[in-house]
Amino acid sequence: MTSELIVFLVLSLVAISSAFGMLFSRNAVYSALFLVLNFVTVAVFYLMLGAPFIAMSQITVYAGAIMVLFLFVIMLLGAESLVPLPQAMPWQRPLAFILAAILAVESVYLIFARSRLNTVITAPDAATNSMEGLRDMAMILFDQFLLPFEITSILLLVAMVGAIVLTNREKVGHK
Amino acid sequence: MDWTFWLEWVIKGFVLCLILLTGFAYLTLYERRALARMQVRVGPNRAGYQGLLQPIADAVKLIFKEELTPARVYKVVFVLAPVLTVVPSLVLAAVVPLGTSFNLFGRVITLYVADLNVGVLYLTSIASIAVYGITLAGWSSNNKYAMLGGIRASAQMISYELSLGLCFAIAIVMGNSMNLVDIVNAQSGMWFAVIQPVGALIFLIVTLAEVNRAPFDMPEAEQELTAGFHSEYSGMKFALFFMAEYQKMIVICMIAATLFFGGYREFWFLKDFAGGILSVDRFWFLGPIYLLLKVIVLLFFMIWIRATWPRIRYDRLMSFGWKVLLPLSLVVLFITAAGILLAQELNNQIYFYSIPVLSIISAMVAVALIYRDLRRKSNGRI
Repeated sequence: MTSELIVFLVLSLVAISSAFGMLFSRNAVYSALFLVLNFVTVAVFYLMLGAPFIAMSQITVYAGAIMVLFLFVIMLLGAESLVPLPQAMPWQRPLAFILAAILAVESVYLIFARSRLNTVITAPDAATNSMEGLRDMAMILFDQFLLPFEITSILLLVAMVGAIVLTNREKVGHK
Repeated sequence: MDWTFWLEWVIKGFVLCLILLTGFAYLTLYERRALARMQVRVGPNRAGYQGLLQPIADAVKLIFKEELTPARVYKVVFVLAPVLTVVPSLVLAAVVPLGTSFNLFGRVITLYVADLNVGVLYLTSIASIAVYGITLAGWSSNNKYAMLGGIRASAQMISYELSLGLCFAIAIVMGNSMNLVDIVNAQSGMWFAVIQPVGALIFLIVTLAEVNRAPFDMPEAEQELTAGFHSEYSGMKFALFFMAEYQKMIVICMIAATLFFGGYREFWFLKDFAGGILSVDRFWFLGPIYLLLKVIVLLFFMIWIRATWPRIRYDRLMSFGWKVLLPLSLVVLFITAAGILLAQELNNQIYFYSIPVLSIISAMVAVALIYRDLRRKSNGRI
């Protein structure tokens, strides 16, 4: 057993148990914290695969920005503890179980049918794990996928301007 | 990988932690003495020569203080929060280069813990993680004041993180790399703060907000929130928050020095002075000394600001971050990138030298707009 395999097994244990912890904790803040732990574990997986750029982006975007906002909203609304609601839709739970089962069967089938199990998946070598690799990625992003990239950035800009306009509206109404 | 590699790593990490902890202890003394001078007092000067043993006395006091855990706190998170605050402030320093390298028994020892090729991105990710400690401390205390402090802290840090990221991007564009060692070496000819003074200024303002220092210390505004997020903490747990704040100050000054003020390199005009006798390339031990000097000067500015400026109101803090700093840093980033690109493509240095001019003009426009806005709101009283 190589050291890499041991690290992988321990990490996957952490990832899976934090995912379950997220699902089953009764306190929304604890759920959010478990999810943060899960995101950080995924980032470490990326590091193991020799992709520090994606690992750091994962931490910055998911653990650092999105989850902080989640936590912020949970705290602001005081929605920490889940009160068991009376079942509004009694058919919802069985339907959820059926759909989840279908998804699980499908994905297991696809994993065995489609993935080439006999090929060896190797981590990218040191050449990709450098500034040059980052430049190549940037070239593809700004060359081949320029239009989607720019559209995404415009979308974010519009969201930003919209937020400012929405919070400013009452002052405009004063005049 | 042989065992000496691991040994080198462990020793370097240990030494870095020791440097930061000692730095924290003496920064408190430095701040108290400097503040006292500015307020025409003497400051702590009893313990040891000129109060040099004061930090040790403080540490002993804090260790022996009684530690209270209020009855209805969320225990696990309450204990975890100080740890989550201190750890990012320590690991943040891992990628900051303290100097070049030296030979020890025929082995090249570099003066940084990790040489990440995505060093700047590492800084942003750790900085974004650092919010959790304070937010969770506020929430787990089960106290309205602490909660308000925690919420203020997280909103403020999220808002200012955007401008912080853009300032990192300015340094990346100018250094043409995400590696902090490369960025420092790109400044051997000229500091980035000279080429892009507005970027450096925005960075310094934003870092004040990120470490919750005056005038942006709304999360712990004493007059309205008792002590904000750490109201319920006492003894060593309080000391950890205190430690984290001061270590963050040191590390963020190290980062500011690295990104905009030449890092461990000498002043750019001293490179060829007296045959390069003051150059880092000649004597490796000058690197940490230069960095230390720069950090001390930057820390002095932080203390000076605390001594002179009143706290900014919370809604103004938010609108300053979103409506002034963010657009301005976007404009400055655009000017920098366009200037460098045009100078490269057209092979004309005039575009490069237009970067500082245009940036300063846009900063002046921003100041004029703030002034006009304030005057309109105060009905011409300013």
